Amino acid sequence: MAFLVLDRLSKRYGETVAVDQLSLAVEKGEFVTLLGPSGCGKTTTLLMIAGFVEPSSGAITLDAADLLATPPRRRGLGIVFQSYALFPHMTVAENVAFGLEMQGVARAEREKRVREALALVGLAAFAERFPRKMSGGQQQRVALARALVIRPRVLLLDEPLSNLDAKLREEMQLELRQIQRSVHITAILVTHDQTEAMALSDRIVVMNKGKAEQIASPDVAYEAPASPFVASFLGKTNVLPADVRAAGEEAAVTVGGAVWRTAAGVPSGAASVSVRPERISFAAEGGLGGIVRRASFHGAQWLLLVETAAGVVTVIRQNSGGPLPKEGEQVALSWRAEDMRVTAGSGE
Amino acid sequence: MKATRSELAPYLLSAPAVLLFAVMLATPLAATALLSLHSFGMYKGIQDVYRLDNYRDIFSDSYFYEIFGRTFRLALIVTGLAIVIGAPEAHILNRMRKPWRGIFLLVVLGPLLISVVSRTLGWALLFGSTGLVNQGLQSLGLIAAPLQFMYSETGMVIALTHVLAPFMVISVWASLQRLDPQIENAAVSLGAPGATVLRRIVLPQVMPGVLSGSIIVFALAASAFATPAIIGGRRLKVVSTLVYDEFLNTLNWPLGAALAVLLVLANVAIIVGCNRLVERRYAEVFQ
Repeated sequence: MAFLVLDRLSKRYGETVAVDQLSLAVEKGEFVTLLGPSGCGKTTTLLMIAGFVEPSSGAITLDAADLLATPPRRRGLGIVFQSYALFPHMTVAENVAFGLEMQGVARAEREKRVREALALVGLAAFAERFPRKMSGGQQQRVALARALVIRPRVLLLDEPLSNLDAKLREEMQLELRQIQRSVHITAILVTHDQTEAMALSDRIVVMNKGKAEQIASPDVAYEAPASPFVASFLGKTNVLPADVRAAGEEAAVTVGGAVWRTAAGVPSGAASVSVRPERISFAAEGGLGGIVRRASFHGAQWLLLVETAAGVVTVIRQNSGGPLPKEGEQVALSWRAEDMRVTAGSGE
Repeated sequence: MKATRSELAPYLLSAPAVLLFAVMLATPLAATALLSLHSFGMYKGIQDVYRLDNYRDIFSDSYFYEIFGRTFRLALIVTGLAIVIGAPEAHILNRMRKPWRGIFLLVVLGPLLISVVSRTLGWALLFGSTGLVNQGLQSLGLIAAPLQFMYSETGMVIALTHVLAPFMVISVWASLQRLDPQIENAAVSLGAPGATVLRRIVLPQVMPGVLSGSIIVFALAASAFATPAIIGGRRLKVVSTLVYDEFLNTLNWPLGAALAVLLVLANVAIIVGCNRLVERRYAEVFQ
């Protein structure tokens, strides 16, 4: 049995369903992210694990014991809140020591562990500071140290990086992952930021309207999205109308006049294909013809909008120094048949 | 010319308020202070002299010490009780759900909507020796003789606490609302039981609210007039009723003015002193 198990967990507020029959099994030491837009039920799920929200139905077990029967303060979970929720009237050391004090850890041991926890997050020199005199990133580290010092069974992170600026957020992502690995702790992260989810997690739970749309490793969820929602939420994708002609083992997929040959799988008729922008290249001839309407520069890459017979297609090219078409230029788009996902029906 | 006009703007804009305070507050205070230096004779009336005789009389008479002592003892006890009752009341209000919170806030503020005189007279009826409380307790056989609420310090403390506790509730409630609701959850997740969360996490953070509430309650209790006058009667005087008697009964205006000035000074000194003390103790919360 897995370490932390959510079994058909639901939360209803009157008529609205916040979390709908969510099942999830997390292994010890695993980093799992609940990812979804706001209002998808990811934070409610986290709060149910923490014990601050009572589930309407379903069960949660931790280490084969019923977690719902345990009051929040005895669950032994470390929580990092979005607002950090540091105690403003206590120094950093007092903040971190609070949980140990509640556990009745002796003073000498307490001081040693506080020092260790602060060293782990790189704040050894800030023990006597007050939280308000620190930057957002530093407060974030204090919150992490405070949650880790009690040696929690599971670390819960509620949008912990959303209040930091972009550069700091990237640094903290790396650091968070490295700390989680080094103390080998099971972690559940809640976020709406897909890059953050993909950079940090072993597995991602993509949530929409209270339901888990897909539970998979980041690369699988990205390459083989289980639903159109997952495809559009994880990264950018082009969804184009297509026409399928199946003939025996093969099928011909026509997109805006250009034809791809794939293995059969989708019945003949109207269909839609989705292609990631970074899998599209410019062909010398053949492929889907179009005109570059806009080219915008993003440092490491170029983003081009190409108007074709199948609609506007987004293309992302690495800024590798090679020649790129200019705005207004006539181009032909091509991609490998295996980079394209075909679904029956004329789109969503 | 334009530059000078924009430099003058702040002064011109604040002039109406300054004028209001100068006329309505500073002038009467200064007049009272001046009046306190005059002398008074039974047959000569008020003499236009400037001496500290009134103050010397007050400081050399144990009668005044007793009244000042009673006034500040009362104010201190009332402030303490207002904290003990008002702070938990604010916490409970803050925890209430939508419709009830508004309703009970109105209940708490209710007493302030009634005139102080009629409210206090109501207390007198309730707590008199033949009042509802005493008759009830007597008929239940809990007490043999009526309890003395009227004309006692206990009665004054009860009545003043009732009137002034709402100020504490409002003030603490305001600072409770500024609290990050996740902070309590954070403390719970670290293993703190409810009482510990209140004592070590919530209370220190609402100290600014408790302090400003205490200042309001203390200042109002120390200078309260109607409640001590009705419940304390003519014998149990406090400074404000004493000032009233000096002005309107013995007609010794200069002495009354001196007493009033001393009341204001003592009030300011105590409040500023306490303020400093608490602000230093909870420096981090007050930023």
